[in-house]
Amino acid sequence: MNNIPLPVGECCLSCGLCHCCRFSCVPVDFEVVHVNSALETDDDMNNAITAIRRNGVALKGNIETKHTLPASVKSRNNVLRTSLDLYANVMHCQSLPGVQTRHKNIDIMIIRENTEGEYSSLEHESVSGVVESLKIITRNNSLRIAEYAFQLARDKGRRRVTAVHKANIMKLGDGLFLQCCKEVASGYPDITFDSMIVDNTTMQLVSKPQQFDVMVMPNLYGNVVSNVCAGLVGGPGLVPGANYGRDYAVFETATRNTGKSIAGRNIANPTALLLASCMMLDHLELNDHATSIRNAVLTTMNETRLHTADIGGQGTTLEVVQSIMRIIQSKGQLTSEF
Amino acid sequence: MFSLVAVNHLAVKHCEQIFGIMAGSAWRSMLTQVVGGTVRRCTLNSVHLSKGMQTVTLIPGDGIGPEISSAVVKIFQAANAPVSWEERNVTAIKGPGGRWMIPPDAKESMDRSKIGLKGPLKTPIAAGHPSMNLLLRKTFDLYANVRPCISIEGYKTPYTDVDLVTIRENTEGEYSGIEHQIVDGVVQSIKLITENASRRIAEYAFEYARNNQRSSVTAVHKANIMRMSDGLFLRKCREVAESYKDIKFTEMYLDTVCLNMVQDPTQFDVLVMPNLYGDILSDLCAGLIGGLGVTPSGNIGANGVAIFESVHGTAPDIAGLDLANPTALLLSGVMMLRHMGLHDHAHKIQKACFDTIREKKVLTKDLGGNSKCSEFTADICRRVQDLD
Repeated sequence: MNNIPLPVGECCLSCGLCHCCRFSCVPVDFEVVHVNSALETDDDMNNAITAIRRNGVALKGNIETKHTLPASVKSRNNVLRTSLDLYANVMHCQSLPGVQTRHKNIDIMIIRENTEGEYSSLEHESVSGVVESLKIITRNNSLRIAEYAFQLARDKGRRRVTAVHKANIMKLGDGLFLQCCKEVASGYPDITFDSMIVDNTTMQLVSKPQQFDVMVMPNLYGNVVSNVCAGLVGGPGLVPGANYGRDYAVFETATRNTGKSIAGRNIANPTALLLASCMMLDHLELNDHATSIRNAVLTTMNETRLHTADIGGQGTTLEVVQSIMRIIQSKGQLTSEF
Repeated sequence: MFSLVAVNHLAVKHCEQIFGIMAGSAWRSMLTQVVGGTVRRCTLNSVHLSKGMQTVTLIPGDGIGPEISSAVVKIFQAANAPVSWEERNVTAIKGPGGRWMIPPDAKESMDRSKIGLKGPLKTPIAAGHPSMNLLLRKTFDLYANVRPCISIEGYKTPYTDVDLVTIRENTEGEYSGIEHQIVDGVVQSIKLITENASRRIAEYAFEYARNNQRSSVTAVHKANIMRMSDGLFLRKCREVAESYKDIKFTEMYLDTVCLNMVQDPTQFDVLVMPNLYGDILSDLCAGLIGGLGVTPSGNIGANGVAIFESVHGTAPDIAGLDLANPTALLLSGVMMLRHMGLHDHAHKIQKACFDTIREKKVLTKDLGGNSKCSEFTADICRRVQDLD
């Protein structure tokens, strides 16, 4: 039986998730850890991090960062990622059947360096009214993420890796990142390597996203590109994300939104978090369960009358979850009473 | 000041005495009345009656720059725009003290005219001097980059009804150029945010919104992660917003803007942001309406200088072959005319350009046709003249 901490931020989609897992008799026990973003102490976060260290795997909702608070109060999501050294953020962006979007046939894997870059949280006010914010790029972390990207590309049978950068302007920082990618690429002659400047990348994504295969990039560009891609395939409610480190893995929705404005109204789309849990089950080598739930989710996606509001429908969260459970049951798998 | 070339010199002298200096067509019709129709109604070509010819510094640029610049000049002439062009080249030269600078005659022209229209400049690699675009920016303190992104009817993209403006702080932020290698394998790039630059760009954004009848300004930031720097930027935007209660002010995370922009760009109006986010978002928005070949851009400087430019590359592979698309430079010229208060001319030229594109009969290759640049230009000129 696997013990999975479930740090619950603002997001209550975890309820639907728990129902599905319990219903499908998945051998996973959730240890729920609440993190109250309103409190200024770090006890909640420390508990969550300790739980993840203990269990090794987690499923996470987003914890709101009040950016009006002073700089000493860091983003808790960021603290979690850096404390556990979850250096690779992976997002697989695929066009889903049954979802109406402007672009079709998108299939992009985005690998984002998750611990340094612009998210180093190193800022100071040199003199009054002049603030410096440091973006840190290191050879070690750049090599590490490039290695991760190429290895993943090879494992998944992907043909091309594109490094996204702004090395024409940030010659040393992004220049180092690009150089590391080139070095790693030379060890993977079976995979084509190219690079693209980040502003051109976003322009290409909104006009011809089908040209991209695997993309690797530093932290902030990863933030931008993931959100653009999630929007292209239908929105934040659909895409799962994963954060991998050497020792731990944390799964969440790809675009890390709290969904505060729709909380508690039974209209949230549970797809992203459910697909994230399937990624988690695959990570735990519970592949049969992962496939069963994933197929049920994708089959439900085809039913447009069950689409939630974010993808143009009028279905409720509960209806979607129930449909998924019905499909799992109909496949003859072992299920519990509910 | 008038520059007056008339068919009947006597009529001109007579009317000048009686009516003093008056504007454009009102003057012309008055002239016709006074001399009882004995003066042939002056044709557009022979009489330049205008509010006053304004000088604009024209920097044709490299690659396709010269041909698209000449296309724009032709179209402006067909529209009778009261613009007198002063052509200058910008190549980096080393000034006294070893500092790289733009040629003094280019600087002098721009300082005098205050308005520039610029084609694409090539960025040399390993030439030993910074890019010309950067030099221009520093010389004239071009602090605001303004890009209106409006869907072009007749040029189909997956996005329709885009109508937004990105205003990007263009002097500091992530493009400070300050980087160091701390120890081997560890590099630090410095993002600089200052109170003054943030306040200045915020003020410009709100003024722009007010002057162009836009209803809201959204500050784009990542203050959840970059609390002090983007926090400072946000604070300045909030402070400036207080003086513009007629304009709605909102704040949004950069990633949320990206997420929403590709799903529904119609929710956005004016966006103001620091340098890097501006670079990324302005190109993203250009992609929504069809790319850099059709997107105008303007740069506003500190001493009243404004330089409008096309932001695409020099396209050396098609330079000199009469294949280039002048739309981006032309629409930048339209932006320039609006900036100069010449709204009628701006409207006329823009309409002619959009009509040509919508008709699809004479399109350059990048727009899906196989016409020459000169043919495309001639079509627009014809439409402009017909609109009179």
